[in-house]
Amino acid sequence: MLRALKERLSIQGYRTMAYPDGPVTLPERFRGYPTLQKDLLCHLDGADCAAACPFGALGCSETGLTLDMAKCLFCADCPASSCVGFSNDHRLAVSRREDLLLQSNTEHKLAQPLAPDLRKLFGRSLKFREVSAGGCNACEADSNVLTTIGWDLGRFGIQFVASPRHADGIWVTGPVSENMREALLKTWEAIPAPKIVVACGACAISGGPFSGSPQISLSLDTLLPVDLYIPGCPPHPATILDGLLRLQGRLA
Amino acid sequence: MNDTLRLIYNGRAIACADIPCCDQDRFLQTILAMTGRGWRVSSYCGFPAGETTTLYCLLASPADGVLGIMQTVCSGTEFPSLAVQCPQLQLFEREIAEQCGIRFIGHPWFKPVRFVRSAVGRQDAWGRPDDQPIQVGVMDYYRVEGEEIHEVAVGPVHAGVIEPGHFRFQCHGEQVFHLEISLGYQHRGIEQLLMGGPHPQTLRQMEAIAGDTSIGHGQAYCMVVESLSKTRPPAAAEALRGVALELERLANHTGDLGAIAGDVGYLPTASFCGRIRGDFLNMSAFICGSRFGRGLLKPGGTVFGLDQAQREELQNRLATGRAELTSAIELLWNTPSVMSRLEGTGAVSAESALEMGLVGPAARACSLKRDVRSDYPFGIYRMAQVPIATAHHGDVCSRSMVRWEECQKSLDFCVEQLRQLPSGSHAVEPKPLLGDHLTVALTEGWRGEICHLAITGPDGRFKQYKICDPSFHNWQGLAMALRNEQISDFPLCNKSFNLSYCGFDL
Repeated sequence: MLRALKERLSIQGYRTMAYPDGPVTLPERFRGYPTLQKDLLCHLDGADCAAACPFGALGCSETGLTLDMAKCLFCADCPASSCVGFSNDHRLAVSRREDLLLQSNTEHKLAQPLAPDLRKLFGRSLKFREVSAGGCNACEADSNVLTTIGWDLGRFGIQFVASPRHADGIWVTGPVSENMREALLKTWEAIPAPKIVVACGACAISGGPFSGSPQISLSLDTLLPVDLYIPGCPPHPATILDGLLRLQGRLA
Repeated sequence: MNDTLRLIYNGRAIACADIPCCDQDRFLQTILAMTGRGWRVSSYCGFPAGETTTLYCLLASPADGVLGIMQTVCSGTEFPSLAVQCPQLQLFEREIAEQCGIRFIGHPWFKPVRFVRSAVGRQDAWGRPDDQPIQVGVMDYYRVEGEEIHEVAVGPVHAGVIEPGHFRFQCHGEQVFHLEISLGYQHRGIEQLLMGGPHPQTLRQMEAIAGDTSIGHGQAYCMVVESLSKTRPPAAAEALRGVALELERLANHTGDLGAIAGDVGYLPTASFCGRIRGDFLNMSAFICGSRFGRGLLKPGGTVFGLDQAQREELQNRLATGRAELTSAIELLWNTPSVMSRLEGTGAVSAESALEMGLVGPAARACSLKRDVRSDYPFGIYRMAQVPIATAHHGDVCSRSMVRWEECQKSLDFCVEQLRQLPSGSHAVEPKPLLGDHLTVALTEGWRGEICHLAITGPDGRFKQYKICDPSFHNWQGLAMALRNEQISDFPLCNKSFNLSYCGFDL
């Protein structure tokens, strides 16, 4: 007992991070909010743009290149081919599917607070039932990490709970494999209304690396009404937390 | 033996024509003879071709670093099962049955594995009708009968933030007589997606076979492509891959040791490790931008390199990580109430581990010296040895001890590699893949042996690809660990193995 206290006081210390009051530290090579440079891309015609990303995240519009963060895995291939740059900005979560589609002239969209009646209910206490439906355990791990002392999700009144009956919303990771579809929908039904849906990670939003497989669903929002889209493969914990805090209206 | 078993090495391709095709009896006798001599079944798989199915068995020698592969042709819809004589085959046979529509005659535990329809239009091995969907988890579960027996069913959705699977316990009061584990919920059809590959999507899919083992599986895939294209990654890339693989091991072992502490109600270590695990993940992100090592590897080398300043920064972080992890973990061994919960809980005997073909820390905790890094060295491990950590009781305590020892060895290894990281390029462009070749790539992920077996067609595209995650070998070990334990110890035993659902389900 004394030894545990000694370790806590000497080596381990107080480690809950300052974020969101202070800045969040991200690695230099972290690939966050994409930057589309118009001039760089004009040499590609529509077909080349689409072919440049094997997951279909890139496309062309009249204003130039488009990038769909729903499909983007934020992999290291784009910077290598100088198509797209990635900034160090971790704020990626949005409330609407169409806000994930970036063009070179679009403003940076952020997740919006819940409607006032829901915010009154969930603004200070928000409990999720997490369902991994074909998830590879990376989104799951970086959702779960928010409950550790470094991030201390509990200080915002947010918690992952064991029973859907205790939950205010469902938290879905993975591309919704055929074999998990029924269990996912049953869990959703078991959550009392009003309730919200979070799609965490590229798989839940669009199938991610597995898009096109006959063993998965098209996207979570064809099954459930999604309130928060958190892109990334997997999303950084800071990206996830940013989305949640904005949903609660804690960040403006 | 030579006309039956073709000897090969980890990460080297051979021409398909060089693999002798033997008759069924010879094939089966060789499996029994070799496993009887201490060889292990690394992979056993079937690939349908028209009316017939070609079966391959990959055997791993316990001593001299060689592997042996052989093939036979099954022309009907039935094949003899060896699961009774050689229990480590039981799940492989069920997988072949499910994928190829072959019934294994004499299999004592003949049940579906992932609840998917076979890839061939052949009759279902369980006679399930074509016109009805296959329902996941619906099978004959083992039941213990008796007035005081009750059954506990858990999952697929569990209480924590973890992946889905179904567990059935046959209990007498608190005591578990038997646990049966039924998976398949996470099936994403990865092996089917690989047909005709490598595709531009393939590497990202390999990194997500089991997301906490992105480097382990990613490297196995890179080795497959490199061996089939006779490409040698530069020395700097091999060293950096090794560092990334050990960082992955460190992060996961640290997280699990914290979770084990949490499951026995010892919160100091649980809290400390939860955070320190993040520090190791952040070291991977420091190298490549992703906490899970996504985007670091590519066939031919690595996408990123490290300059002098970055190497020093990483070494400093490792030194801090070592001090903090040591402080957190030593608390466990010095707290009698923790030790009394770990010792003797969830024991698996060395004999059982050998019979089931366990791999990784779960096997090493039962005193089996098995580690791909030293048994069939690949990449940087051909130059730099990592000592094997073993323990002898096969219980939760042994699995925890082994993981802690491995953490220390991984820290030593990373520091050593970073100190002498070779300069120069970190990637070369891979050449086209050889046609009609077979290759085997084994790596030691943090859960144990990862095996990728690939066969190319005449066009140099993947004709067959078989992935075996260590969890495929080890889930049965968890079931055995629960025998005669209290059901309340399930979370603790489970955490000490921490197996992958998606790595198993593919």
